[in-house]
Amino acid sequence: MSENKGFMAWIDARYPATQVWSEHLADYYAPKNFNFWYFFGSLAMLMLVNQILTGVWLAMSYKPDAALAFGSVEYIMRDVNWGWLIRYMHSTGASFFFIVIYLHMFRGLLYGSYRKPRELLWVIGVVLYVLMMATAFMGYLLPWGQMSYWGAQVIVNLFSTVPFVGEELGIFIRGDFVISDATLNRFFALHFLLPFLLCAVVFIHIVALHKVGSNNPEGIEIKKGPKGNKWSDTAPADGIPFHPYYSVKDIAGIIGFLILFSAALFFAPEMGGFFIEHPNFEPANPLKTPNHIAPVWYFTPFYAILRAVPSIAGSAFPGVVAMGAAIVVMFFLPWLDKSPVKSIRYKGPIYKVALALFVVSFVILGYLGVQPTSPGKTLLAQICSIIYFAFFLLMPWYSKIDKTKPVPERVTK
Amino acid sequence: MSADGVDLKRRRTLTLATSAFGAVGAGFVAVPFLASWNPSERAKAAGAPVEADISKLEPGQLLRVKWRGKPVWVVSRTEKNQQELARDDAELADPNSEMVQQPSYCQNPTRSIKPNYLVAVGICTHLGCSPTYMPKRTIDGLPENWKGGFFCPCHGSRFDLAGRVFAGVPAPTNLVIPKHQYLSDTTLLIGEDGGAS
Amino acid sequence: MKKLIIAFVMAVVPALGMAAGGGVHLDHADIDLGDQASLQRGAKLFVNNCLSCHSAKYQRYNRMAKDLGLSEEEVTANLMFTTDRIGDTMQIAMSPENAGKWFGVIPPDLSVISRSRGVDWLYTYFRSFYVDESRPFGVNNIVFPDVGMPHVFWELQGMQKANFKDVDGKQVFDSFELVSKGKMSVEEFDGAMLDLTAFLSYIGEPVQMERRALGVKVIIFLLFFFVVAIMLKKEYWKDVH
Repeated sequence: MSENKGFMAWIDARYPATQVWSEHLADYYAPKNFNFWYFFGSLAMLMLVNQILTGVWLAMSYKPDAALAFGSVEYIMRDVNWGWLIRYMHSTGASFFFIVIYLHMFRGLLYGSYRKPRELLWVIGVVLYVLMMATAFMGYLLPWGQMSYWGAQVIVNLFSTVPFVGEELGIFIRGDFVISDATLNRFFALHFLLPFLLCAVVFIHIVALHKVGSNNPEGIEIKKGPKGNKWSDTAPADGIPFHPYYSVKDIAGIIGFLILFSAALFFAPEMGGFFIEHPNFEPANPLKTPNHIAPVWYFTPFYAILRAVPSIAGSAFPGVVAMGAAIVVMFFLPWLDKSPVKSIRYKGPIYKVALALFVVSFVILGYLGVQPTSPGKTLLAQICSIIYFAFFLLMPWYSKIDKTKPVPERVTK
Repeated sequence: MSADGVDLKRRRTLTLATSAFGAVGAGFVAVPFLASWNPSERAKAAGAPVEADISKLEPGQLLRVKWRGKPVWVVSRTEKNQQELARDDAELADPNSEMVQQPSYCQNPTRSIKPNYLVAVGICTHLGCSPTYMPKRTIDGLPENWKGGFFCPCHGSRFDLAGRVFAGVPAPTNLVIPKHQYLSDTTLLIGEDGGAS
Repeated sequence: MKKLIIAFVMAVVPALGMAAGGGVHLDHADIDLGDQASLQRGAKLFVNNCLSCHSAKYQRYNRMAKDLGLSEEEVTANLMFTTDRIGDTMQIAMSPENAGKWFGVIPPDLSVISRSRGVDWLYTYFRSFYVDESRPFGVNNIVFPDVGMPHVFWELQGMQKANFKDVDGKQVFDSFELVSKGKMSVEEFDGAMLDLTAFLSYIGEPVQMERRALGVKVIIFLLFFFVVAIMLKKEYWKDVH
């Protein structure tokens, strides 16, 4: 071992390897009371790695050419050795990535993880979410099936509703008057590029997390509490070293997650048309729209909000604004919550009801987004959209009047 | 770290077991990624053996057949050509085809199954250009006593009508003879020899 | 709290009842991809009846031979046109331009038709042609109104007529009635169409049987891994509790 030490000393003089190891793992103290909801951060990292690795491998056989793209996906599914598995890992992985991220964000809502001093951490997270949606949207065009094509057509046309410059903006994004080879080629390039940006922002997200420390289900700041535990005299009393305790816990969580992931991957990769939509097995045909266009499930809540807003003066722009606002409003969450407590465990009944209503409307919006419209459904979507926005915009008011419980000083569990 | 009541042995065993599972799992995951680099079914279909009809090949003529994306020559050697192959071995780098550039059944003076047909991969063993068929001395770059063969335009390598490389040219070895077999007197199968090698 | 969790899980697996649309009842295609004899019969029907107008340009003959338990010689002799090679995909000689001229539409490639339409749709479609003199080929189809394809299997099935009933002023399909007998009985024909559907499902995703088999192994491995990982976690967490 003395040799090893000499080697590490050599490295440490040139690169802070041991320092990084201890600051971020061995001597990084995380609250000891993480529960089920705290798995999703590490799972999101796992899925990011999965998407990048399988994506790079798919790019080795995929052809970003309108005449060849559809065929090259089938080529991967049939002719490339194990290509089917790599492709399903990517397509199923995309949906699971969003499942994980939605649960990760929901954790933030449950335990107030966006509250001071973690406002910036939350904002960086929303940036990640937006980047992820952009990446997923561009990726969905690549198989060049009917849903790829018409989905992209609809979404790009959203930009065309912008007053005055919309028409030109749409043409600029497509590089053509319709979705075409030029669009496919640039979406492929961006779909390859954005994940690297994602990686960089994930790094920033983690740097921010390790600066302020993790929140926990109690919403207690362990750094403000007493010091000294069995590992260190100066560390927070309610903290435990991330490594080995949370590393072994996350490994178990990852394996458990992989079981569910494999179940979908090997037994229901299309997930009944939710992960890969059936019309996407028809090559893109610019002359024939499928009977019913729906985005992939992870976009549908926002799509439903878009459709819920009636067009004003013949312009669909208000709907687009509402959809954009539904995402932008998330950035402001840290400053909307005026409750004296962070965690739902100490919040009052009003927040619990508000959150429940919010989740239910989000689910209903997601469902409505895949359905054809009807007057009744539009009304329901409008009610749910109002609840969605009310959850955020009324928060300064209801979080203040809510009857909260006193927060203990220590993590007792 | 306090060691009171900690079963270090159990900890080590479980860590080892988890690491072992992790390593095996990572190994499994690596398989598809590495295997996907092997030729696909499409590449294999394109690289499948090809049949060549040599019924219309006149003596002295050359037929080019594409096999695995490479040119394969079938040359019908005349009686005179065959006799002239028994040239002064000193001119050649590997007159007896001792380097394995051909299936064992073609390690003979004519480097072929039938003396009147040469079947060779038309890629120069120097840097991969495709040499030109030169039945007669038609350019100055060839020696005075040229009896027919191949001349590589890239760097001037020369081969005789058995694909044997001349000494003192850039190409180091004889031309490659692919696996092949005769399905009938007039049909040649290139790329497969029914296990004859 | 529990309610919230349940609600959120539902957000993740939204509304599994996404309707098939169209409103026409589809018969359930009870196919068995493990039944190689059925797939072989389906392959024969496909090659003899479909593969002159429709291609399956992503499906290779040699892959089919392997997966259907046939030798390459058998496939070459019985299921291929002489000009094709065993490593080729199922192409057709008809050019899309000509096809467009003859049928008004270009017959679609059938490689992944089972994945875009679904097997139930295909199974019902094959059995839903009926006499309609107003159509160019004299037939129409219940699940694919104004279909551009003739009734290729009329010799096997015979010809049937569709009975409609009046519901709220709209003509709604009620039942079929066989007007001329084919070579096959109704049961035989349904069986043949089930074979064909199974074959189309197979070529839609040739790897699907292998995929499921591998999935079982992977999950068993992960379950063992999970147990060990949980034990390791519990062992370490003795320090904390």
